[in-house]
Amino acid sequence: MAKNYIKLDGTVCKGCRVCVEACPKQCIVIGSDINKMGYQYAKFENPGCIGCGICFYVCPEPGTITVIKEEEDKK
Amino acid sequence: MKKLMKGNDAVIHGALLGGCTHFFGYPITPASEIAHSAAYYFTKSGRTFLQAESEIAAINMILGSASAGARVMTSSSSPGVALMSECVSYIAGSNVPAVIIDVQRVGPGLGYIWPEQSDYNMVLKGGGHGVYRNIVFAPNSVQEMADFTYKAFEIADKYRMCVFILADAYIGQMMEPVSFPTKILHAKRKDWALYADEQSRHNLVTSLFMEREILSANIDSLLNKYAKVEKEITEFEETSVSDAEHIFIAFGISSRVALTAVRELRKQGIKVGLFRPKTLFPFPNKRLAELASKVKSMMVVELNDGMMANDVELAVKSKLPVRKFNWYGGYVPSVTELVEKTKKSI
Amino acid sequence: MIKHTKPSAFYDTFERKGPGQKTTHYCPGCGHGTVHKLIAEAIDEMGIKDQVIFCAPVGCTTLMYFYFDTGNMQCPHGRAPAVATGISRTLDDSIVISYQGDGDLAGIGMSEIVHAANRGEKLTVFFVNNAIYGMTGGQMAPTTLIGQESKTTPFGRDPIRDGMPIRMSELINTLEAPVFVERCSLGTAAGVLKTRKAVKKALMNQKNKKGFSFVEILSPCPINWKMDAIQSRKWLIENLEKFYEVKNFRDKDTSIKGQGRLPFLSDDELLKVLDVTADTSSDDDNNRVDIGEHKVKIAGFGGQGIMSVGVLLANCAKNAGFNSTWLPSYGAEMRGGTAYASVVMSNDIIGTPVVDTPDVLIAMNSPSLDAFENSVTKGGTIIVNSSIVSRKVTRTDVNTYYVPATAMANELGLTATAAVIILAFYAKALGIFGVDILKAVVPISIKNKKYIEANLRAITAGEMFFDDYKK
Repeated sequence: MAKNYIKLDGTVCKGCRVCVEACPKQCIVIGSDINKMGYQYAKFENPGCIGCGICFYVCPEPGTITVIKEEEDKK
Repeated sequence: MKKLMKGNDAVIHGALLGGCTHFFGYPITPASEIAHSAAYYFTKSGRTFLQAESEIAAINMILGSASAGARVMTSSSSPGVALMSECVSYIAGSNVPAVIIDVQRVGPGLGYIWPEQSDYNMVLKGGGHGVYRNIVFAPNSVQEMADFTYKAFEIADKYRMCVFILADAYIGQMMEPVSFPTKILHAKRKDWALYADEQSRHNLVTSLFMEREILSANIDSLLNKYAKVEKEITEFEETSVSDAEHIFIAFGISSRVALTAVRELRKQGIKVGLFRPKTLFPFPNKRLAELASKVKSMMVVELNDGMMANDVELAVKSKLPVRKFNWYGGYVPSVTELVEKTKKSI
Repeated sequence: MIKHTKPSAFYDTFERKGPGQKTTHYCPGCGHGTVHKLIAEAIDEMGIKDQVIFCAPVGCTTLMYFYFDTGNMQCPHGRAPAVATGISRTLDDSIVISYQGDGDLAGIGMSEIVHAANRGEKLTVFFVNNAIYGMTGGQMAPTTLIGQESKTTPFGRDPIRDGMPIRMSELINTLEAPVFVERCSLGTAAGVLKTRKAVKKALMNQKNKKGFSFVEILSPCPINWKMDAIQSRKWLIENLEKFYEVKNFRDKDTSIKGQGRLPFLSDDELLKVLDVTADTSSDDDNNRVDIGEHKVKIAGFGGQGIMSVGVLLANCAKNAGFNSTWLPSYGAEMRGGTAYASVVMSNDIIGTPVVDTPDVLIAMNSPSLDAFENSVTKGGTIIVNSSIVSRKVTRTDVNTYYVPATAMANELGLTATAAVIILAFYAKALGIFGVDILKAVVPISIKNKKYIEANLRAITAGEMFFDDYKK
């Protein structure tokens, strides 16, 4: 398992796709499931995550994304 | 020792002694001396005086400062108070204490700077939107300008309401000897206010309630509070009422004219008295209802078109004639005029 | 380890919100949530959660108190900078944030924001500019672009019909006081990260008590722009960023300088400044003559010292143990016609302070005598400044005196004391209070101390003139 990843809480995602577009490593996709609010929510899939946090900042929902980073950035 | 002072100046002495620490205002004749006096004394004593860019800004600064726990005030005259009305409604809806001095002038529109009492409806019946009341004191002397302002902050804090001192151009501009209390009052910590500390962090000052039940519950609680205010702080004064057959009802400068008229008419053997509401909200309905069965008529003397007379009529429920003696347009009647009008009416 | 997660400046659960207590009420792709997150993160990093008070506007973010675990205040439309001023001026260590949209800040609240900025209030203003009214449902904002369609510009914003869009950062940047002015954009991830820096800098400035900081944030409103979240960001970059230049306009270290608030006086010091002492007087203190009610009208033209002599008289009456009132005439009549002061003194509580029928008229000029001669009570007194009034009093049922007061005052070297000469004459003639009281009151009543001596000489002159007059 990759050492960097994000936890994406699909129950509080509004499926706006801003994180999907912003991720430099294309780690996030919009899934086919629909949450209780009625949105097709985002999912973390690709293991190439570098833990940059861009998805966290661009996401308009406060509690949707948590970024976990275990690897040091390569200098 | 008593000092000879203008009503407008006595207000600021009363305010500082009453624990007011912040003044936000905008000058307007005939209330400007209040701002002048505040600019001097608030600044000199290390309190805050700020001349805002408008009455609208001033009253919103009041909302902010009061929400931060301070004892705050502003002063203005009729057109300026009209501008403040929006935020007065917010102050009421948010349960925030504030003190406003209104030195009334002539309207509508720019009118002129002479006295009138035609802000009665604006200050007592709304002005701003929604179901709300302000506590309204009606001083008729420089001493009362000081006394009412002194205690206004305690009352505002107690009920978390806007307290108006509804004066007029003459009460503001005239000078009389006045004495002051030497005990300075201070605001206590309020459990609802915002102090920018951990203890108050969860506090919220708002008039917005997004659920129908909570919104109507807020209005219910306002109405309960107003009922309590009516029970607890109604004030009035009676002069020569006990044996009177007819009574004048008047507040502010009109009550001073009526007082002299009472003496004049009594000299002529006519038994009149004077009933003077010191608080207009709460209005002394109960006492007026009692008096309605004791006297033959009531004569409401005011510098408007009969605004308080309408409230008197509601209080006495058609038990006796309520006569409207009205002057407006900056005209304060002479005693002779009031005496003659009275003799014709009764 | 967790690198980024929901900042603790947010409530964990949005209990004030009602249903859906984990998500915001903002539409999908809206910029507000992002801005909220950047602010919350900065609050966490700076450890200022307890000191922050949010002033929420009217608009979509009226409800930001659902989310922030800080002090919260909801303000009338456009007035947040004024409300914030009130808070900031009350709580020295508070960190006050005014969060406003384009309608709130650049429309209805233009006056409040400009003046708060100009005063250099210790505030941080976050101005979220999405060029449209959100909460109200997509009407034109002051910042709506030319050609942009909205509910109230259905044919696109037209410069002639609707006016030009307004650039707020540039406008604020014309003022002297602000320390920090920057326009950011949420159009790209890089823009978001730049916004993050500006947000933090603006809050840091307030923590360091530097002054007023203004951060404008170009932000998408997908719903009212009728686009999806991705299209709206593209549109923002291609249109909003073209008209509203994204840059730092100002980053100063210090704001305006001045004296600021003076030291807070203690109760005792305040009593001294107000010159308030306990009132120990009582009715027994004075052996007052019974004057009933005595009414005086002093009339003349502006510059004759009418008003201040009236105050002097009211002060004398007070010191002699009477109730007294003073009422000025004011308004148009002061700009040319007759100015007059009304003074009433009485053993009893005084009714009306208006003097319609004076017991004593002091006429300092001819129009005054013409205007008020007939109103004097029968048996009353008229004192005429005969230096200026050439005619005689026509009534025969009053006492009349003629005092060449202006000429006498000129001799003394201060024309303005003419009315004081007459007042001394009045004191002697009426005998309600002694000239000694008048002399004692002058230093209290006359504001400009350099005129006290001249006034005392005037009193002596008036007194002597009366003594000669009787002979």
